[in-house]
Formats: sequence, C-alpha cells, structure tokens
Amino acid sequence: MKLNDYINEKIDPLFQKGGKYEKLWSVYDSFHTFLFVPRHTAARKGVQVHDSVDSKRVIMMVILALVPAALVGMWNVGYQHDLALGINDGWFMQFLYGLVAFLPKVVVSYVVGLGIEMTVACIKREEVAEGFLATGLLIPMIVPVNTPLWMIAVATAFSVIFAKEIFGGTGMNIFNPALITRAFLFFAYPKAMSGDEVFVRTGSALCNSPIEGTAVVDGFSGATPLAAVADGSFDPATYSTIDAFLGCIPGSIAETSTLAILLGACLLLLTRVASWRIMLSVFVGGAAMSAIIAAFSDNAPTVCQQLCFGGFAFAAVFMATDPVTGCRTNTGKFIYGLFIGVMAILIRMFNTGYPEGAMMAVLLGNACAPLIDYCVVKSNISKRAKRVNA
Amino acid sequence: MANEKKPGVFTGPLWTNNPVVVQVLGICSALAVTTQMKPALVMGISLTCVLAFANVIISVLRNTIPNRIRIIVQLVVVAALVIIVNQILKAYVYDVSKALSVYVGLIITNCILMGRLEAFALGNKPFPALLDGLGNGLGYAMILFITATIRELFGSGTLFGYDVIARFVNEAGYDGYQNCGFFTMPAAALIILGCIIWYQRAKNPDLQDK
Repeated sequence: MKLNDYINEKIDPLFQKGGKYEKLWSVYDSFHTFLFVPRHTAARKGVQVHDSVDSKRVIMMVILALVPAALVGMWNVGYQHDLALGINDGWFMQFLYGLVAFLPKVVVSYVVGLGIEMTVACIKREEVAEGFLATGLLIPMIVPVNTPLWMIAVATAFSVIFAKEIFGGTGMNIFNPALITRAFLFFAYPKAMSGDEVFVRTGSALCNSPIEGTAVVDGFSGATPLAAVADGSFDPATYSTIDAFLGCIPGSIAETSTLAILLGACLLLLTRVASWRIMLSVFVGGAAMSAIIAAFSDNAPTVCQQLCFGGFAFAAVFMATDPVTGCRTNTGKFIYGLFIGVMAILIRMFNTGYPEGAMMAVLLGNACAPLIDYCVVKSNISKRAKRVNA
Repeated sequence: MANEKKPGVFTGPLWTNNPVVVQVLGICSALAVTTQMKPALVMGISLTCVLAFANVIISVLRNTIPNRIRIIVQLVVVAALVIIVNQILKAYVYDVSKALSVYVGLIITNCILMGRLEAFALGNKPFPALLDGLGNGLGYAMILFITATIRELFGSGTLFGYDVIARFVNEAGYDGYQNCGFFTMPAAALIILGCIIWYQRAKNPDLQDK
C-alpha cells in the first residue's frame, strides 16, 4: 500500500468526527494540508477558476524569499564574531557558527508560536491558520544575535496571544505579530535589544559566555551605524555604504544585507505575493526624507546609507507588505508606503531613544492603514457621486 | 443596567457590577497609579473614603439640593473631601503622596464618584448610600490592587518594595530574573485590565454582549 493511501484510509478516520483522536483534528489537519495538497481544490458543482495555491503556499513563497537574507545573515553573525576576536577561520566556519547561533532561535519561535496556535485551534475546533509559518521565521531574523532564547519565547507567546489570537487569529490581526514581538522585546528588555554589545556574539555559538583564552580585542565596539547616529557621533565618510549593502556590518541577524533582501523582494514581486506599490513607496518615502535631512545636516547619513542601514530594507520588503495589516486599496497602498518610509527615517534621525525607526514606523502604519483605506474609499465615493449628480 | 436583577448594594459593586471592569469607569487612574502596590493601595483606600463620605453627605442633603445646581454642590463636597485626604496623605505618608502626585487631586474628576453620587446618593437614604460608596470604592481598590500586584511582581520583581523573586547571579554575571520593563508601562496595565475583564465576562455569561 502506498503511503498516501495508508494515510487517507487508516490515519484520517482517527482524527475525523467520532474518531479516537477527534480532539486533535486541528493539529492533524494542519500537518496534512502542509504536506499534501489541500483536500478541496474546487467545489463539485459550478464553474470556477481555482487552483491549489492556498495561503499555505503563498506563505511558503515568503519563506523562500527570506532564505537569502537568512543565509547571508547567518554568515554575517560568524563574520562579526571573527572580527571581534580578531581571527579568520574561513567563510564556511563563519556560516556554521551563525547557523548554530540562529537555529535554536528558529526552533524556539516555532515551537512556542505554533504550540499556542494549535492549542487555540483545538479549543475552537478550527483549522490551524497558516500565518505563523512566516511569522515564526521572521521573529528570529529581526532580533539581535545575543537575545536569550527565553526572551524570544516570552515575546513570541505575548505577540501570538495578544496581537493575534485576541483579534481572532490569522487574517484578523491589526498589527504585524513579528513586529509586535520585536516591540515587546524592545520595551520589556531594552538592554538586550540595543546598545553596542548585543549585535555581535563574542562567546561560543550556543551560549554567550566568553570563550576562554580568546581575549576580545581592546576597544572593540559592535555599535551599529544607527547607534552612532543616535548618539551624534556619526560621520558619513567613515561608514562604508557597500559594506552595509552587502551585509557585513553589525545588526539584527537577517536585516543587515540589503542585497539579499532585494533578492527576496524580486521573488515576492515576480510571484506577486507582495505589493510593488507598498514596497516602492516605502523606499521612495524613505529616500525623499533622507535627502531632505542630508541636505540640512552635515553628519547625517547619505540617502544610500539610510536605505541600507538597519532594518529599513527588511521592513520595507517583508514587514510593510504584509497583506493583512497593510492597506487594501491601491491609492491607499501608496500613501501607506510613503508614510512608513518617511516616519522610519524621521524616528531614526530625531528620536535618539529609538535608534531604529523602521519597526515603529511599520506599526504606526499598521494602526493608520484602516483609516487610510476608509478615506480613500470615501473620497472615491464622493467623486463618483459628484459625477452622477452633475 | 437599570432593569437587571439587583445585586446587593454592598456586594454587587465588588464583582458582578464592578465599577472598573464592568462599568469601565475610573480607568485613567487605574492605569496611572498601579506601577507599584503601595501607591495603588493608598489610592484605593483614599477613593473608598472619599466616595463613602461624599455619598453619605450628598444623601443627607439630597432633599435640599436644588436640581439645577446639584453638580456644583457635589463638586464642592467632593473637592473638600479630596483636599482633606490629600493633606492627611502629605502629613503621614509623604513618599506615597509624592508617588501619587496629581492623581489624588484628580479623584475629584473620577467618573466613579460622579456616577455614584448622581445615580445612587441623590435617590437613596444615607445608610444604603454609605454601603454603596464602600462597595464601589472597595471594588475599585480591589482591581487596582490586583493590577498593581501583577505589574510590580513582573515589572520590578518586588511586592510592596520587597524583593520576592530570588535573584541568583551565576559566575558569568547574568541576573537570574530580569525585570520585564514592559509591565511598568501603562500599556501593560491596560492589557492586564483587559484580561481581568475577559476573565470576568467568561465567568458571568449574563454580562456578555449578545
């Protein structure tokens, strides 16, 4: 008997209504639809255009798009570690170091988040929604490498419960859960989220206790360029834009390499998973605001530096384009994107308490998105009403 | 709320008709003074005293107050009581009084006070009014106390200023428990209040919106 038939005939009934494990149906169903095509691709009656691309497959696209950024990010973790210790053991060892530091975070985020989602789904007897598949990978990618695992677990639990399940689960949340996780960490444990010690791991890959016999270079500082901007010591000439573009500067795990993020962006745009309107307008808004600031200040980062530093590109490509929390109308998408781009640079430059403004800007954008949509729809209605009445 | 079955004048406001979590009154002070337990407790007691006395006084005067100036009369009574409470706090618990800052003075504008004076004291005899004032004040104090306990425990790792979470420090210098700064923010108080309301509605199905 083939495996497929075996599952359909023997395992399936156990979880159906009246079966032995009826209560775990949600969990079973989530794995089943994850591994196989959805049970129902089209209704039996009527003509309809419908294929097997359900939201699980859409989210797989997002995860594929995240891969380049994650790979470069992992290598960069090892690279920064080597720089801090003043050694060089080759790109493969650096990547391996990053992998070992990164993987536990992914596991913790998925186990905690999916655990809560499945529990809630079982209680409500619903299908497990697939939104967390992307969120679970995004969370470890946007935290500093020194974040303890328990912090990720606490923050993930908070965001899944209070930013998502409370609102009704996947598709109902008004704020991006991955960013809520980051915001929770930022406000709950500010010391672990910013400063010049958290972005470069100087200990071993698995835990952060310093390695014996490898003294850290004197005067070493893992400050990100944005930290320098925040304390006023930034000088655009001393920071390499190319390094920031390629991703060999300190920063949260996967947000450093703008090049890798743009590769992911290409995949998202080619498959039409993300909206080009939002992505473009975030970059345009950010560039315009940076140009204005650079014109008035000598030690502000240049436009290119602004777009490559910190989490701006990552937020523009993966966070702002979230279809659930963003704007729905096409005009609204442009306004929403411009708003996020402008706000990200503004917060970054003028609020020294928040060295990185992209997270705040996207959350603020999320809060405003329904209002923007409402205004766009209303103005469209009144425009057409005038045409009818004229 | 008028035509539902009447809970006891004193016990009702403690839980099933709680001023904070059912009527959602007095939220601003509940967010502001619950970072630590001591100010929250003092605030709860202060409001209970002011509310009980104001209720009695207004109830005694209820037949002589002209309807058109009743709000002014209520304000005068409440303001006088609040000033007395404020002076007592300054005299005996100065540090807590500093921590509470303007919020004691703002008891005057607390929605629970105005609500109870208008809805109850103006139409009832002094003794029920006293019970009503005590009940509502204690209901408010209880919610404040619960919120403050959670916030102080997780936000600072202390209760009434005493360290209750064992903080072991290992050889690498890491703290055993790290204060969760989020709980010291007003946003956390709102979320905790929301959870209390959630729990309370789940326990009392007749309070749920149809």
